[in-house]
This record gives sequence, C-alpha cells and structure tokens, in this order.
Amino acid sequence: MSKVTSMRDAVADLVQDGDTVAIEGFTHLICFAAGHEIIRQRKRDLTLARLTPDLIYDQMVAAGTARKLVFSWLGNPGVGGLHAIRRRVEDADPAPLELEEYSHFGMVGRYTAGASNLPFFPLRSYFETDLPKANPLIRPIRSPYGEDTVYAVPPLKPDVTIVHAQRADGNGNTQMWGLLGCQKEAAFAAERVIVVVEELVDESVIRADPNRTVVPGLIVDAVVVEPFGAHPSYVQGAYDRDNRFYRDWDAISREAPSTQAWLDEWVYGVGGRAEYVDKLGVDRVAALRPSGQAPSGSVDYGVYT
Amino acid sequence: MSGPRAIGPESAPGAASGPAPVASGAGSGVADFSRSEMMIVAAARELAGQRVCFVGVGLPNIAVNLARLTVAPTLELVYESGAFGAKPARLPLSIGDPTIVTGATAAVSMFELFSFYLQGGLVDVGFLGAAQIDRFGNINSTVIGDYDHPKTRLPGSGGACEIAINARQVFVIMRQSKRSFVDQIDFRTSPGNLGGAESAARIRREEGWLGRGPSVVVTDLGIYHFDDSGEMRLDSIHPGATLDQVRETIGWVPKIAESLALTPAPTPEELRLIRDELDPEGAYTK
Repeated sequence: MSKVTSMRDAVADLVQDGDTVAIEGFTHLICFAAGHEIIRQRKRDLTLARLTPDLIYDQMVAAGTARKLVFSWLGNPGVGGLHAIRRRVEDADPAPLELEEYSHFGMVGRYTAGASNLPFFPLRSYFETDLPKANPLIRPIRSPYGEDTVYAVPPLKPDVTIVHAQRADGNGNTQMWGLLGCQKEAAFAAERVIVVVEELVDESVIRADPNRTVVPGLIVDAVVVEPFGAHPSYVQGAYDRDNRFYRDWDAISREAPSTQAWLDEWVYGVGGRAEYVDKLGVDRVAALRPSGQAPSGSVDYGVYT
Repeated sequence: MSGPRAIGPESAPGAASGPAPVASGAGSGVADFSRSEMMIVAAARELAGQRVCFVGVGLPNIAVNLARLTVAPTLELVYESGAFGAKPARLPLSIGDPTIVTGATAAVSMFELFSFYLQGGLVDVGFLGAAQIDRFGNINSTVIGDYDHPKTRLPGSGGACEIAINARQVFVIMRQSKRSFVDQIDFRTSPGNLGGAESAARIRREEGWLGRGPSVVVTDLGIYHFDDSGEMRLDSIHPGATLDQVRETIGWVPKIAESLALTPAPTPEELRLIRDELDPEGAYTK
C-alpha cells in the first residue's frame, strides 16, 4: 500500500504538540520543507533534537514551536551564531528555552542506543570537561571487564524523525548518498518516521541497488515527495547548499521583528514548498544546480537462479 | 622558503605596530599580506609530514586545505560530517558541503567516523578553533559567563570534545586577544594539558585517552608550542608583530623561547592560493 501523502497531511497526522521531533541531516538533506509546515500548523511545546540545530531550528524556535533543544553544536556554520535561539537562551526573549547539550559523538550514540534498544551508549569522551556538570545525564561508568571508565549517554527515541533523501519508493524504502549524518540511526530510533524525497521511484529502482537503501519502508509511516524540500540545505547531485541564504539569515535573524517578517513572507505567506520554490525564482534555483555530473559508475550484483 | 631564523627576544626586524595589513620585506619581492593570511599560512606549514587530519569548522578549514595544496599533498582530510580523504574542489563555507564528498575516498556515517576513525585511533591531528584558551591549552567553545545564565552562548562542543581526547595530537588556530587568551576559561569544552603536563599525562594514561593533547597554537601574532610543564611557549613571532603586542593580547605572562624565531613571511604562491583559489571572497581573511 502506498504511503505517499502530502506534507500537510503527514505533519498533521504524525506530529503532535509536545512531541520530541528530530529533523536530522548533518548539513546535508535537512528537511526545511517539513520544518516550515510544522511552523504553519502552529505546533507547540516541541522538544527539537538535532546535532546541529542549524537555521531550521532557529526558524522553528523563532516561530514559537519549541520549548526545548537537544543538540551538540549550536551555530550557523562558517557564519556565526543562531540569533533567535540565542535571544531565548541569553535573554529569555520572549521566553526561556531549555537546553540539553551533548557532543556530536554523544548525540550519535544516543540515537544508536535508541535504535538498538539499549539502555545507554558508551564512549571515550567528556573526560575532564565541564559537559557532565552542565548535563548530568552524561555519566561515567566502569567497564564490567576491567578498570576502564568511560562515559555513558542515554538513548534518544524521538516521537517523530523526519529525514530527507534523494529517492524512495511508495512503500518508503529510501535511498540516499553523500553525507549520511545519522539519518539511519535517528530513523530507527523513532516511534514514527516521515521520509521526504526529491523523487518517487519504482520499487525496481530500489531493488537494483540494495546497498544504497538507508531506511527501509518497514519503519516508514509516510512518504512525501517534495522537490527542493531541503533548500537552503542541499541534496548531493541535485542542488547545492545556498550559502547566500545562510549568510543572509545572519542579518535577517539579528532582530525579532525582521525574523518575524521573514517568517510571514516565506513560511506563513506560502501554501507549501512548491509555492516557496516559485517565489525563489527560476534563476536562483538554476544557479544552485551542480555545474556538472559525477556519476558513480555501477556495480554488478549478479543474478543467481 | 627559508627556515626560521633566530632573533633576539625583544624585537622582530621590520616589526610594525599598526593594524593589519602589514607590509613585509619592502624591496625584497615579498608581497604585502594580512595578519590573517600569515596565521593561515603558518598553521598550514605545521601540518607538514602529517597523515590524517580532522578538520574543524572556520579557520582550520582553510589552513588544512592550504596544507593539502602545499606542504602536505598526501594529507587525508577527515570532516566530522562523514567525508574521509576529501578533495574539495572549492573551499566549503561549512564543513558539510557537496564538494567534500565528490571525489572523496569514502563517505561514511557519523557513527563510523566517530567510532572507527576517531575513537579507533586513526586521526593524527585534530585541528580546532576556539573562543577561549588558557596557558595549558584547555579550550572553551561553549559559553562566556555562567553556563545557566550565559553572557554569550557559543556553539558548544560539536565534535571538539572527543577530538581533543582521541586525536593523537591537537592543533589550535585562533586570533589573540585578552578576551580569548585568558587566565581562566569560563567552561572547559575540550581538555588540553589540564593543570599541567605531569598530571595531564597521568590522567590520560589512567583514563585510556589516545591523544597526547595540544601541540601547536597558531595565532595572528606567532606560533606557540608546549614546553615540558605543559604550558604554551611562544617559539616564533610573525613578521610585523611585536612582543609588546603578544603580551598585550594574553591574559597571563607568556613564556617566550630564548631562541625566538621569526616566522618566514608567506610566499607569493601561498598568497596566490589563499586569494585566488581558496578564499576569493575574503571570508576567512578579512
């Protein structure tokens, strides 16, 4: 049975007020289209989990959807800070924002423990730092096999994980390439999974290259086809990171009124991603296409009868 | 390029006290260069002979890519986003960018990268930036002020905490100022030599760290290594910088090598690579 649905229906059905939501994707494949739909549907009191909150959570925090962040690096890479989040953290403006902070490896380990049904993930990090004081959920444990002490982090099991990808079939079997981040771990850890893709393909395309399947349809609740849905993030082979927007956001987000004006124009003011892409304009979109092709070649899996 | 030459501890020939850009070696055929360019070049040269380098966001990104094009052509670039053996065709603004994947040796999940490559001991150098550093190379990139009520909320660890613990050695690149080179950091995000070399070595051994801790700090004024006590020592001063400037921008009394060297100025080729190929928009060098 096809799980293909609209972004509006997927978010309405699968994201509830108060949920822990992970829109994952490490710099790559960040589903801004889903974040914007969550803003438009005025979801509230969300706990937002991501290694790098990035512009998408700055926008969602500015729009009032979130009460808490779970994260490991809070910035606009290569540009500076995330100003809407900083206003909440430094000045409680307009309200405080709860933080639960780890390192990257700690967050990856949390999803891994969540996906594997384990009570914790052990790692060699955090020694002699102030992070365990800032977050008492980071705890030292003794090895059962020797004298080693390592640190443990607890499992993270989002209510909903949303991953963007190059392609999926109607059942949600999802393939991606390029930087994989911890999309797989975040998806397997979640109660519900929404997959958003650039392209819907036939099941035979998936079966022709099983090594590239990162998320199986088995754990997917909804498939949304939303071309350019990761902009201003990027999709390997489809469109480039829009660094101009990442720089522009620094100025847009410095003051609350200009941030709200941007949300009014680009999120509340459009019906969905297709309208957003129209508004970006064909020139901006064309400029983000790769300057050439770099195909992978192909491998032969063989036929065995 | 000539090697560093020893000079007296109190003066650097041709030193100018004005702000960047500084002119160097007028009439000697050496181009003008800025303090930022000198810092990036000096950091890149420190990577000569290294094999695998974990690249941090910001200044490390341009320094490591310059090293790959100059002193370390076989350097394997590891980006925490999941690229191993990256060969970026352009300098990425972010450490996640499609150009670090196309043509890379491997694109792996972050679990593999942090578990097998970093924690498994395959990374020779972790190259980090920082907001605050102390004399023992302990780094803060989390908050200025109190953690619960910060004056400035900074990005936080990212991968820096585990890089500082598991990379075989750590290089740091950052601009000097009284706000950044401080007697007491506000938050320890990434451990350096803790309270001194002796206790740090014992703790690393007991806790099973793979890393030996920080080995180089490159700033806009000079190059520091760590002495036997685990404290930063100025070993080379950049052309145009003065010891007064060094002291005015450090929150403690810095140790200065008896045979203080003068950092060789950037070569025309190094400057061309920065200006024409790596950073034509001046994002890292302004």
